[in-house]
Amino acid sequence: MQNFEYASPTTLHDALALLASKWGETDVLAGGTDEISLMKDFLHTPKRVVNIKGVKELGGIGRTAQGLRIGATATFDELASNASIHSEYPSLHSAVMGVTSPQIRNMGTAGGDLCQRPRCWYFRRGFGLLGMQDGKSLVPNGDNRYHSIFGNGPAYFVNPSSLAPALIALGAKVKLVSPSGQRVVPLEKFFVSPQSESTRETALLPNEILTEIEVPAARGIKNATYEVRHKEALDWPLVTASVALQMSGSTVGQAHVVLGHVAPTPWVATEAQSALVGKALSPDVIEQAAKAAVAGAQPLSGNSYKVKLAIVAVKRALLEASGRA
Amino acid sequence: MANTPDYHWPPMDKRRVMGKRISRLDGIAKSTGAAKYNSDLKPDGMLYGALLSSPYAHAKVKSVDTSAAEKLPGVTAVRVVAPAGTELQWAGAEIAYLAARTEEIANDAVRLIKVDYEVLPHLVNEEDLSKVGNRARPSGEQVTGDTEKAFQEADAIVEGNYGIPVITHCCLEPHGQTIAINGDKAEYWPSTQNVYGIAGDIGRALSIPVANVHVHMDYMGGGFGSKFPADAWGIQSAQLSKESGGKPVKLFLDRATELTIAGNRPSVFSKVKVAGKKDGTLTAWQSETWSTGGVGGGGLTAGQLFPYVFLGVPNRRLNHTAVSTNTAASRAWRAPNHPQVCYITCSALEDLAAKLNMDPLDFFVKNIGYAPEARREIYKYQFQKAAELMDWKKNWHPRGDSAQGPVKRGLGLALSTWGGAGHASTCKTTIHPDASVEVELATQDLGTGTRTMVAMIAAETFGLPLSAIKVKLGDNSYPNSGGSGGSTTIGGVTSSTRKAAVNALQKLFETVAASLSVTPDDLEAVDGRISVKGNPEKGMSFQMACQKLGVNSISEMGANVPQQAPQEGLNTGGVAGVQMADVSVDIETGIVRMNRLVAVQDCGLVVNPKTAESQVFGACIMSVCGALMEERIMDQQIGRVLNPDMEFYKLAGIGDIGEILVHMDIREENDKRGVIGLGEPCAIGGIAAIGNAVANAIGVRVQRVPLTPMRVLSALEGRTA
Ligand SMILES: Cc1cc2nc3c(=O)[nH]c(=O)nc-3n(C[C@H](O)[C@H](O)[C@H](O)COP(=O)(O)OP(=O)(O)OC[C@H]3O[C@@H](n4cnc5c(N)ncnc54)[C@H](O)[C@@H]3O)c2cc1C
Repeated sequence: MQNFEYASPTTLHDALALLASKWGETDVLAGGTDEISLMKDFLHTPKRVVNIKGVKELGGIGRTAQGLRIGATATFDELASNASIHSEYPSLHSAVMGVTSPQIRNMGTAGGDLCQRPRCWYFRRGFGLLGMQDGKSLVPNGDNRYHSIFGNGPAYFVNPSSLAPALIALGAKVKLVSPSGQRVVPLEKFFVSPQSESTRETALLPNEILTEIEVPAARGIKNATYEVRHKEALDWPLVTASVALQMSGSTVGQAHVVLGHVAPTPWVATEAQSALVGKALSPDVIEQAAKAAVAGAQPLSGNSYKVKLAIVAVKRALLEASGRA
Repeated sequence: MANTPDYHWPPMDKRRVMGKRISRLDGIAKSTGAAKYNSDLKPDGMLYGALLSSPYAHAKVKSVDTSAAEKLPGVTAVRVVAPAGTELQWAGAEIAYLAARTEEIANDAVRLIKVDYEVLPHLVNEEDLSKVGNRARPSGEQVTGDTEKAFQEADAIVEGNYGIPVITHCCLEPHGQTIAINGDKAEYWPSTQNVYGIAGDIGRALSIPVANVHVHMDYMGGGFGSKFPADAWGIQSAQLSKESGGKPVKLFLDRATELTIAGNRPSVFSKVKVAGKKDGTLTAWQSETWSTGGVGGGGLTAGQLFPYVFLGVPNRRLNHTAVSTNTAASRAWRAPNHPQVCYITCSALEDLAAKLNMDPLDFFVKNIGYAPEARREIYKYQFQKAAELMDWKKNWHPRGDSAQGPVKRGLGLALSTWGGAGHASTCKTTIHPDASVEVELATQDLGTGTRTMVAMIAAETFGLPLSAIKVKLGDNSYPNSGGSGGSTTIGGVTSSTRKAAVNALQKLFETVAASLSVTPDDLEAVDGRISVKGNPEKGMSFQMACQKLGVNSISEMGANVPQQAPQEGLNTGGVAGVQMADVSVDIETGIVRMNRLVAVQDCGLVVNPKTAESQVFGACIMSVCGALMEERIMDQQIGRVLNPDMEFYKLAGIGDIGEILVHMDIREENDKRGVIGLGEPCAIGGIAAIGNAVANAIGVRVQRVPLTPMRVLSALEGRTA
């Protein structure tokens, strides 16, 4: 780890003032479950680390007129024990519960989960976000069992956040604040597939802090998340699917189907959504929607199994959602 | 001494300590953190060691410039171990070691070392033999009988490819040590399986008398075969200490280095053809195998061991090829060769049973005549016992669970064997006038319970409670008791302890016999008393007996000498075990869940059923990891390990292991064989049993482990994974 200056401000204003406008100069520290590893591996070498856990206004989970506000520093543990999330957003609840390590649940934060860096093993071994060697991506000819099946490069990593697909399906937005002001961005737009090594995988600017997540009310919205995880113990999902269905009578009025761990961003499965709208949730419709979810998938040499997993995840998430009131 | 004392183990029904379910003596200390491992130590003035290793799988060092590192304030010594001209043969090979006042300075200094490399071509993957070029080293064909004829006359033939990859030891406490060299003296705190022998490595490397190298290790966090030598990190840390004014230098490998260079188990891949008769008789085995254990090839003997315990099969044709890869060297891994050979053998035989429409339980029992005679009956008994615990006859079905829904259940089995006779061991037992008893031996407790076993044997022999015995181990100033490898420790230490204790007791008898007007041979030590055999009233407390020693203590030695051990009967070798697995496989996700793993294991005389079961539990968990999750993943493009971490080097957690049912095969006839090692044999068969259970559940063979969703789904699709 490179030496750094450590700051622990107590107001958002002070925190923002401590951030530089260039990546690499400063880093935000939340729970540190990813940040510290990035620093130890010299993937991040900030000159200053700004701890935001002391900033009270960034914490907490509460109901608002529109729905739910999740503070950036709310931990997985707070999310897990929140009654509203449990009853109204089962999709988010089960995504939270999927992170089975008590240590990570105690330390890891909602904001950190959305801002964490990809786990691509080429990135983590120092070959850059795109995993390049001699101007060529290492992923297509390498071991890509955990890589993307959508997106077609140049980025092949998968977005690691398991909260993001659930939140996107629920229509969440994030508030990003910088010294020059604030913007509210639909979470779906927050994630981007970088086209070059010098760009990042989120819309976050170096001197911005993700302060909160706004989740619209979900009363009456059938929602569920299904994660395919190899292990019960702490593990990364192979594929996840989150669905949120607004019913109109016995048919689907609006559908949101979002896959995780399949692309450099959470993947909105538009064809699956179309396959659901206007239909009753029969087993056939579910089956068809699940198949439609992988339309356009382009698996790499070693991960066509993830296409199958994506179908199963969508099917099972829909079945679970359809069983809900 | 009048005549040789009787060292025999007391008969089963006379034992008061041995054979009891006793919790390990250091359990509380370990679970509360009171136990200090050598990696926890921080002696005064300690310096931190660090190392620079090669990022390339194969390269020649053109130059190494350490000047900037040396100038960094706080750095006390820098040593280059791969100077210009050195050919580095794997990523992770060490180039330089250094010591500094703090860990941070040490790590910063490592990054200041500049190395120029000439990068050379490398090979890191061996699974596809057609791609290894001139790295293949065939070891010649071995033929017994006439396989061609046997295949012609067979009622059924199956051909299959089975593979089991390189995995690492992944010790919870990484390799390393703290060491201080002052003049010609060394104080050395390593994490080792070899407390006595490891001193020699340091002595030789630093040209100091081995007797001056003082090794200490009270506890250790896993070795599994990988922690015998001092290693470069030990020797270089010693040199760094010497060059830093004798301050202790601590260097324990970080996780990535631990998983990359500190040992691994060779892979074995295979093409197997087996033949059998309608009645289930196995008639021929033919295998082409290849494996890697690093640049040296390695895993050579594995190819000669087929078909595992069925070595008596009349027709065999074996071909093995070692593949030299640019990966770190393999080391002994809990039952060297056995898990791999067992996995491939039991998979192929289960496939043959399936082809013959036979229950594999019947098939294996039918062919048990090919196993060494001494173990045939034990296997039969164990198969029956395991089948009972698994309710095999009720739960087994022919290949492919026909149940509705995506979750398929299946059963599988395997059998295993190992040697495990006691190694050479010497022990000193002292009875003090205050009736305290000390047992000293330079062995080590790897977490297996050695400390507890030694105390139990002494307590049994002296007729004292466990609490009266003080066991001193983990220090090479005690009598040599050998390294802990090959499951040889328990046989060695229990035998030497028994003999030392009997010898000491004999001296105590000689001291007190006259006062009871009997001869020493008339005495026995039972329930804290020394009394006349058959007349317990006539005697005195152990305490009182010891008071008669005046100011002198009794110190006696005992030795286990492997060549003599079979006649003495305290320990022997050769064990049998049977494993059965019950799994559920979700054929839509490819995820395998353990329902139950049954292990029936013999290890001769079981000193402590509770700690023995613990060994087997641990081994079963390792088997679940090896069967379902664990593999070292190498990338041919960068020549490096892709998963030297605890995220993608996957190991099972509590939720993944299912129910584990252990039955120690404790019977009079096994007990008579004396004490036999257990650590390794129980770590062999689980992978094969689980693999077979998966094949039974889903109706197709997944060719190689670990049985990940990727491989299970590919197998179901009819492709190879
Ligand atoms: C073995 C393992 C398995 C895991 N499995 C899962 C899993 O299944 N699903 C899953 O979702 N996660 C998983 N995690 C990841 C874990 O959830 C994240 O590390 C955690 O959520 C990050 O939160 P944090 O508060 O610790 O962030 P930090 O480590 O503090 O920060 C992570 C990054 O985000 C930036 N950052 C943090 N907060 C903000 C903010 N408010 N504004 C701007 N930037 C910010 C930091 O600068 C840093 O770059 C796993 C982690 C491990 C080690």
